[in-house]
Amino acid sequence: MAKVTIDGKTIEVADGTTILQAARMIGPDVAPPTMCYHSKLKTSGGYCRTCLVEVTKGSEKDPRPMPKLVASCRTNVMDGMEVGNLTSPKVIEARKGVVEFLLLNHPLDCPICDQAGECHLQDLGYEHGSAKTRTDFERRTFEKISLGDKIQLHMTRCILCYRCVKVADQITDNRVHGVLNRGDHSEISTYIENVIDNDFSGNVIDVCPVGALTDKTFRFKSRVWFTKPVCAHRNCDKCSGKVHLWYKGEEVLRVTGRKDQWGEVEEFICNTCRFDKKKTSDWEIDGPAPVNRHSVISANHYQVLKKGSEFKLNDVKPLSITEGEGS
Amino acid sequence: MGKKLLLANDHVPGIKGFEVYRANGGYKSVEKAVKTMSPDAVVEEVKKSGLRGRGGAGFPTGMKWSFLAKPEGVARYLVCNADESEPGTFKDRYLMSRIPHILVEGMITSGFALGATAGYIYIRGEYFYIVSILEKAIEEAYANGFLGKNILGSGFNYDLYVHVGAGAYICGEETALLESLEGKRGNPRIKPPFPAIAGLYGCPTVVNNVETIAAVVPIINDGGEAYAAVGIGKSAGTKLISASGHINKPGVYEIEMGITVEDFIYSDEYCGGIKNGKKLKAVVAGGSSVPILPADKILTTPSGEKRLMSYESLADGGFASGTMLGSGGFIVMDETASVVENLHTFARFYHHESCGQCSPCREGTGWMEKILHKILDGHGTVEDIELLWEIQSKIEGNTICPLGDAAAWPVASAIRHFRSEFEEYVKNPNNLKKVRHYDSVNQLVSA
Repeated sequence: MAKVTIDGKTIEVADGTTILQAARMIGPDVAPPTMCYHSKLKTSGGYCRTCLVEVTKGSEKDPRPMPKLVASCRTNVMDGMEVGNLTSPKVIEARKGVVEFLLLNHPLDCPICDQAGECHLQDLGYEHGSAKTRTDFERRTFEKISLGDKIQLHMTRCILCYRCVKVADQITDNRVHGVLNRGDHSEISTYIENVIDNDFSGNVIDVCPVGALTDKTFRFKSRVWFTKPVCAHRNCDKCSGKVHLWYKGEEVLRVTGRKDQWGEVEEFICNTCRFDKKKTSDWEIDGPAPVNRHSVISANHYQVLKKGSEFKLNDVKPLSITEGEGS
Repeated sequence: MGKKLLLANDHVPGIKGFEVYRANGGYKSVEKAVKTMSPDAVVEEVKKSGLRGRGGAGFPTGMKWSFLAKPEGVARYLVCNADESEPGTFKDRYLMSRIPHILVEGMITSGFALGATAGYIYIRGEYFYIVSILEKAIEEAYANGFLGKNILGSGFNYDLYVHVGAGAYICGEETALLESLEGKRGNPRIKPPFPAIAGLYGCPTVVNNVETIAAVVPIINDGGEAYAAVGIGKSAGTKLISASGHINKPGVYEIEMGITVEDFIYSDEYCGGIKNGKKLKAVVAGGSSVPILPADKILTTPSGEKRLMSYESLADGGFASGTMLGSGGFIVMDETASVVENLHTFARFYHHESCGQCSPCREGTGWMEKILHKILDGHGTVEDIELLWEIQSKIEGNTICPLGDAAAWPVASAIRHFRSEFEEYVKNPNNLKKVRHYDSVNQLVSA
């Protein structure tokens, strides 16, 4: 066991736990933001550098501070370690820099991007970035690539988190996409314009933190905050069958894996569940999906599912009224 | 004449071939090591010598070797980093193409010390013509019983291979090199684990520079103490310096560490002074990655003493007024050189060579290049200089591998020491356009 203190809060965790996991155990207040780390994918993390933290005391045995900021997702705790996350001015500065770098070539086309509302980069920019951009250079762009009839790849928005590559490596039989080229010309692609076609390929959409990989069966159907996530399950011989159904009115607009409070998929689902089962009758409903109250999706909370007669105008936000009356 | 340990026989005709090399005392270190010494004794000798890594970081080699994990039944590897891609550095090329056998000999002796089952020489793709030289040397070593099974009847088995990279700067980073050697995309690994625990194919591995491996030969021949007696303080032995730029005699020089920088630039034994009698303006002392220093700071330390060619003396003063010995790529600029233009060239290089794995380096290197390009084109503003400074500070120390630092340091040092030149570029762009390629920027700055 190792005792670790993060932003003044102490917790005892098993050896081999990373700083990030320990911070998440303490709670969201001290957990560093992540873009590329995904708890269900081995060897993920370390690339985006948003989870950098300052280790002010290495361990009980060797109390020297670490010379550089470290990626908390890839650094294990030591007994007696002291870590600064939001209390460290160095970390705040570095993180601001990372956000700026990530947004440098990102198109900022949120108004027309399907990921808006559930985009990790949007949240990150809002919470840790600065309000202004300091570049007026032309942004890097790519042609859109179709990865088959279900998945759309728009590299311009990609932040190269490598999550989709790890998904293909770890939960599918055969990876056909990867990173081509080098530096800021790097792109996720198949070789050459191949189709990603296997039973679990749809999970690349769920793990993509931005709008680079989107669901063709859902694209442009609705903004996510107009849809309501509901937990549901079915008996599936390929996967756990545990999903979120995203309703608009009576209609299931899309099916995704269930995500935990960090926005990371809990259990990967198969393409049959994701793309082919879009009727309520295909599923057993477990109840409303938990939604973070800060999320834009919660602006359209379940109160609108009440019958019209029980509906009190003053209880709900304007956004919900439109939606509630419409359905 | 300074003492020469690696290039002592450089002038001997035919030293490239096995016969001549052997007749001039070649492969003695292998004989001595495998016949009379235990592997640990060889490591001990290297520790005593105080040899430090010649690839740039200057980490004590003996210590690196002693970190190597030695689990039972697991192969160990020795990898020679011949991916010499640092702009301004060309010492390994010289050594390998002139005296290939010293590298082969060093690889065998070092491999014996580490108990390695095989050694790999990872050479950059652009050095394709050296590959055949090395392969011939290895063939000759096999033919004479210095490689293969049961070397010199000692029971030590060791194979040596040459692997050709595809020409990426990043593959000179040791973990990216290992990835590339395994046949994967050359991306640096996230450490830990370090190669000494899990390196090539997940086995304990030591990665050393060409010059480091070659230096093991004189260390075993003459003893670690004799090697430590050469040089100054913790900078033991000799160092190959690749001198280039505005000097009368560019080339590779083997120096005894501890000679003064002034001597190195002006004496006839080495660079032979600045070309055309011009004045010295600045020096990049250890390859493009290390901070650039103006003439007064490179010649004297902050305490007013003469700066020496050694790890410690060049680093004296930290980054505020010092630099690094690095890999020994000594680039000299005279008064006509433009620091801003030079920096743009470096920035373009790092932008091109960034692997793209982590965001600060991937995005930051390109951004810095664009801003420098803008300044050179005469569209820069004073805010752009501040922005450059900001960007480099956000890259430095926040990346997976040292390429980010290497891209940030030249920018930081150029602005730190030559801010007035940047300001001249943004304030009077038209003046500069007129003179850029044939006159002194300094004259404008001082005028």
